[in-house]
Amino acid sequence: MKPLTLLSPTAILGYGFPDSSFERGLSFGPDVIAVDAGSTDPGPYYLGSGKSFVARGSVKRDLTYLLRAARSLRVPLLIGTAGGSGAKPHLEWCREIIEEVAYEEGLSFKMAVIPADVPKPYLKEALWDERVTPLGPVPALTEADISDSTYLVAQMGMEPFINALDNGADVILAGRSYDPAVFAAYAVWKGYPTGLALHLGKILECAAIAATPGSGSDCMVGFLEHDQFMVEPANASRRATVASVAAHTLYEKSNPYLLPGPGGSLELYQCKFEQITERRVAVRNSLFRPEASHTLKVEGAKMTGYRVITIAGARDPRFIEPLDEIIEGVKERTRENFNWESGKYKLMFHIYGKNGVMGDLEPNPRPGHEVGIVIEAVAETPELAEVVLGFARSTMLHYGFPGRLSTAGNLAFPYSPSDFKVGEVYVYSVHHLITVKDPNELFPITFEEVRS
Amino acid sequence: MKPLVDLAQVIRTKNAGPFELTIDIIFKDRETYERIKKNNSLNAGVIAKLYGVPEEDILSAIYFDPACAFKATMKRQIPCGAFGERDIYGAQQHAPLLGLSVEWGDCDAADP
Repeated sequence: MKPLTLLSPTAILGYGFPDSSFERGLSFGPDVIAVDAGSTDPGPYYLGSGKSFVARGSVKRDLTYLLRAARSLRVPLLIGTAGGSGAKPHLEWCREIIEEVAYEEGLSFKMAVIPADVPKPYLKEALWDERVTPLGPVPALTEADISDSTYLVAQMGMEPFINALDNGADVILAGRSYDPAVFAAYAVWKGYPTGLALHLGKILECAAIAATPGSGSDCMVGFLEHDQFMVEPANASRRATVASVAAHTLYEKSNPYLLPGPGGSLELYQCKFEQITERRVAVRNSLFRPEASHTLKVEGAKMTGYRVITIAGARDPRFIEPLDEIIEGVKERTRENFNWESGKYKLMFHIYGKNGVMGDLEPNPRPGHEVGIVIEAVAETPELAEVVLGFARSTMLHYGFPGRLSTAGNLAFPYSPSDFKVGEVYVYSVHHLITVKDPNELFPITFEEVRS
Repeated sequence: MKPLVDLAQVIRTKNAGPFELTIDIIFKDRETYERIKKNNSLNAGVIAKLYGVPEEDILSAIYFDPACAFKATMKRQIPCGAFGERDIYGAQQHAPLLGLSVEWGDCDAADP
């Protein structure tokens, strides 16, 4: 019996893939093409602002290939966590690109659109009902966190995708989704074991990152049977090895034996990895343990202010040596100068060449012969951020320190203007689990006939 | 004692969600891995000391046989992207491990 064949074209929609890899991937005759489009890795800005962290042109390029192939092979195309964060504006953004591609390419299909937004009153009610728990070392959720969030999304599992497949969707565009769900949903819908399907999904969601040499912009092919699955990179210059595939099981997770997700955990205590051919690995004994009550992850972000930065260098050893004291002096002058704005802004100095990357965790905070300095101000208003940053920058430039010879200026600026308005700053406000009665209850599906 | 860089083929850090930072150390071969595991050369205490954080901030420290890997997950100093952030992806926090020497067990004295 031919195994169920799944094609993962790229690690994140818009990261791209070589034409030759994609063609080779298609030559295996995939039963489904699926791609995960999201990640929390790039930080809270993208969820909070409703913007995509991958450029529109890159996403359109990938979608053009994927839609053409899926429609010509007559296989479903599943897209998870549209627009990177999977809230309403991300989903709309991606839907518009799909419609544009369909029009340009002359493609028609039935599309399911599955939003993942959590209404604020719903989450507040869940909080009152004690159905919300922190996920990891996260502060307890407050009503203010919910009210202040710009977007709140729940991470859907396989169920909404299966629902869409039941209704004959050719293309499924989903908001925030559990990364493996886009792959596992089709397999489980076809009757394959959930544990193997989810573990395969875990590996496929990062495409060729699980190969060696690894790549986030190349295709991976999965082959699923009832007692094992196999993975092989589409590009002949890459290999799947036991080491590369097993190592990927570790990636970005806390405990590699127990991987919690919507509705239960993937258990890998008994899991076996085996090299089948030079480029293909087989995996067995991956188990899914459903949990008694169904939980979903909820994510939210809120705005905390506006950021302005400046970039400078320093080359004078007489300035670099007492830099900590100079920074304290600049902070103190700034505090004095804007004492009526106290509490409305924050000022920070990143010293590259000393501890710019690791801060207090840096075991060797000894500067080299030059340092790079990024001064950052975050304030309640864009004007205050600009004012504070400008003052700190000019104070540091002309700061008098003991032993100073270079009385013309302490900093080398590469740019004019020297200060950059970065814009709104967001933080994660919600990273919690919520118990739900029905795994579909937060994900109302709509269907549309996309016509060229 | 042996330098970790001589025993491992992968030494990396990355976010595990916005509130945790996870360390992966994948050893060069099973023999090396088994010896490290047997000696418990890497554990929460070693990682906490290396990074200068309290041991309770090390949320887990696990040996993962299928990948010949040791994995430790620690609380992020601040949540990803919060004020004071230095490494959004957490991908450059591995440097202290490059200078770490680990317990190599019984034969330490005999090793050159």
